Amino acid sequence: MSATEPPLLEISDLRVAFATEDGTVQAVDGVSFTVSRGEVVAIVGESGSGKSVTAMTLMGLPRGSNATFQGTATFDGTELVGASDEQLRRIRGAGIAMVFQDPMSSLDPVYRIGDQIVEQIRAHERKISKAQALDRAVTLMERVGIPRAAERLRSYPHEFSGGMRQRVMIAMALSCSPKLLIADEPTTALDVTIQAQILEELRKLRDETDAGVILVTHDLGVVADIADRVIVMYAGRVVEQGVLDDIFYDPQHPYTWGLLGSITRIDSDRSQRLPAIPGMPPSLLSPPKGCHFRPRCPHAFEKCVEVPPLEGHVANRPESLDRCWLTEDRKRALRQVDGQVGLRSTEPVIS
Amino acid sequence: MTEHDSLPPDRRDADSLPPDERDAGAPPDADAGGSGDDVPDAGTTGEGTPSASPGGSMSGAPAEAGPAADPGTSSEGATAEGTPLLSVEHLRMLFPIKAGLLVDRQVGQVHAVDDVSFALYEGETLGIVGESGCGKTTLIRVLVRLLDATSGAIRFRGRDITRSGRRELAPIRREMQMVFQDPQASLNPRKRVGQILATPLRLRGVPREQVARESRELLQRVGMAGDVLNRFPHEFSGGQRQRIGIARALAVDPRLILLDEPVSALDVSIQAQVINLLDELQDEFRLSYVFVAHDLSVVRHVSDRIVVMYLGKLMEVSPAEQLYSKPIHPYTQALLGAIPIPDPRVNRSRQRAVISGEPPNPINPPSGCRFHTRCPHATEVCRTIEPPLTEYAGGHLAACHHPQNVTAGEVAAATRSDQSPLSAGAEGPSLIAAGDGRETSATAPVQR
Repeated sequence: MSATEPPLLEISDLRVAFATEDGTVQAVDGVSFTVSRGEVVAIVGESGSGKSVTAMTLMGLPRGSNATFQGTATFDGTELVGASDEQLRRIRGAGIAMVFQDPMSSLDPVYRIGDQIVEQIRAHERKISKAQALDRAVTLMERVGIPRAAERLRSYPHEFSGGMRQRVMIAMALSCSPKLLIADEPTTALDVTIQAQILEELRKLRDETDAGVILVTHDLGVVADIADRVIVMYAGRVVEQGVLDDIFYDPQHPYTWGLLGSITRIDSDRSQRLPAIPGMPPSLLSPPKGCHFRPRCPHAFEKCVEVPPLEGHVANRPESLDRCWLTEDRKRALRQVDGQVGLRSTEPVIS
Repeated sequence: MTEHDSLPPDRRDADSLPPDERDAGAPPDADAGGSGDDVPDAGTTGEGTPSASPGGSMSGAPAEAGPAADPGTSSEGATAEGTPLLSVEHLRMLFPIKAGLLVDRQVGQVHAVDDVSFALYEGETLGIVGESGCGKTTLIRVLVRLLDATSGAIRFRGRDITRSGRRELAPIRREMQMVFQDPQASLNPRKRVGQILATPLRLRGVPREQVARESRELLQRVGMAGDVLNRFPHEFSGGQRQRIGIARALAVDPRLILLDEPVSALDVSIQAQVINLLDELQDEFRLSYVFVAHDLSVVRHVSDRIVVMYLGKLMEVSPAEQLYSKPIHPYTQALLGAIPIPDPRVNRSRQRAVISGEPPNPINPPSGCRFHTRCPHATEVCRTIEPPLTEYAGGHLAACHHPQNVTAGEVAAATRSDQSPLSAGAEGPSLIAAGDGRETSATAPVQR
């Protein structure tokens, strides 16, 4: 991560809206961030926060006629927003690869695993022979920790367990040595012991190939385990971003406090009730005016009806940005709940 | 937004759910309500109706079945602490695997729950954890009799309900309710919230004219506005639907609620709300919970005791705190080690034992200790002899030949639990780990 090198991916003011019968859903509302080589950037947020739509947009996946895109996303010199199918096809695979949450529905159930990996390799590298591609498939499967890879090429997806299927997905994503890997909830469907193994594979991959990784997740444990930088999204907007430790130990946005406060941990005192965030995320059809978190925020005040800009507020930490009107001193004081970071649990002030 | 935190604890007082109404007869028209649709198993198992069958006779109230009411049952199970609310003895659930074109031949069995014994006491929360396929969901489906056990016994207040018919089960099902993982699938999409709650309320004998008022009170008690009775489940978010599922379970005034992954489909901030709600309800109504989850940090937060399962067997049963501070079974250690802690510094500094491989096939489980194929401490004895459940100090049980985090003295003082599987070896870990003889072998005859 040298300062002179341009980032691998630079997203600037990305907006994605879907027209529905009930009105326009602003799924992504002015998202900007960068990803460098060899860096793991985690996007955290609840369902409906726009984290998956952001990831999908980079792959050019939301293509429906009801979707509108604004802003820019530059990957390695190529603009992704508004790119043609042909341009996207060239980027997918060798440029950006994606691992989805549910490995069962992302593998074709009627084709053998080996054939699916070979198809992927040959789609991106026309010159390679089928035999060579098969050899590569075996190597890839061994690399992601699938035992007896040569035998298992002939298996169908249903013969694999969830963890093994996710390994196959990662093997396929790696088949063309992508520069950027987007993993959308890659371990959510898996057991913890398997999750630990898959995260280890992702870490190894990052170290060996220097690829950038975007990890979309809602699990702050996974984030703490693997991420270098964290982007917190809420209702379509980035509310806070920063270096891993800063997000956990010096969080700036009340939503982040609430998230950190409401997680159960295996190593903390379990006597008291969990400080929950009151209420529910807003509907994106009619989001609240100003700060989207305002209706749930116990610290909201008059100014919060204006949208706060995503800005740096912490001295000497230009990489820490947040969208909140509170001053830094106020934040430091307000976020302490029972000696820990959390959101004071009272009824929201404005509803 | 109504928040449960803001509700006064005495919101539902005296006349709302008097416990003695449980003994009232079922309303004569109760079965006209299409009970099969509203009961929680709809669409998930396809067999059995878990809720009370609305037959006329409700006379067999469980309270009158005293401890050890059934003759001819064993001496184990209920002990010094009085009759447990729910106890399970050597419970097995094996699913046959059939093959053949014309005649179904049984070619194997899935060992989903294999000789499991434990007890749950009044007011207690028992957590059940394990990886997918360990049998935890099958276990609670057997407990509520959605599935019929292959062998073994389930006792509710000391009374054997393993083979009870619908009519006998009806009063017990009012005391024992279930909340399902997926609130989307366990609420009938064609019924309004009012109808969903009315069926169990009518079963409890609430007069028709009071049903609406009681429904509103129930909804308020679970932290929702009372004016949503005319809405359909799809109009709610996941967290709200789960609250409706909880309200439905509460409607019959149960003593025990079995929760199958009640929060794993919810977002973190909503998870915390639902966990807090369950906590409050437990305090208010002195409920007992069986809480099944794969998330050990959630289970830790809610449970008094925790059962760790692996491939249908109990690995460890422990008071909640001890399981985390002093895991005895290597499998428990591995599970705990695999959980990332949402704290970067702690995460970086701790030693983590990541186990390799995946759980073996439950059709053909490993011999001896089922965990030996993945266990870093496995030796020859683990491959051949199934370890018995050994009871260590403080009511901490573990089935392992090579217990961790215990001293030689603790091992020597440990005894073979009578909840051990029948197929387990006689020898506790002390003979192998510490090598000294002890007196407990007399109480632990080989039961092969």
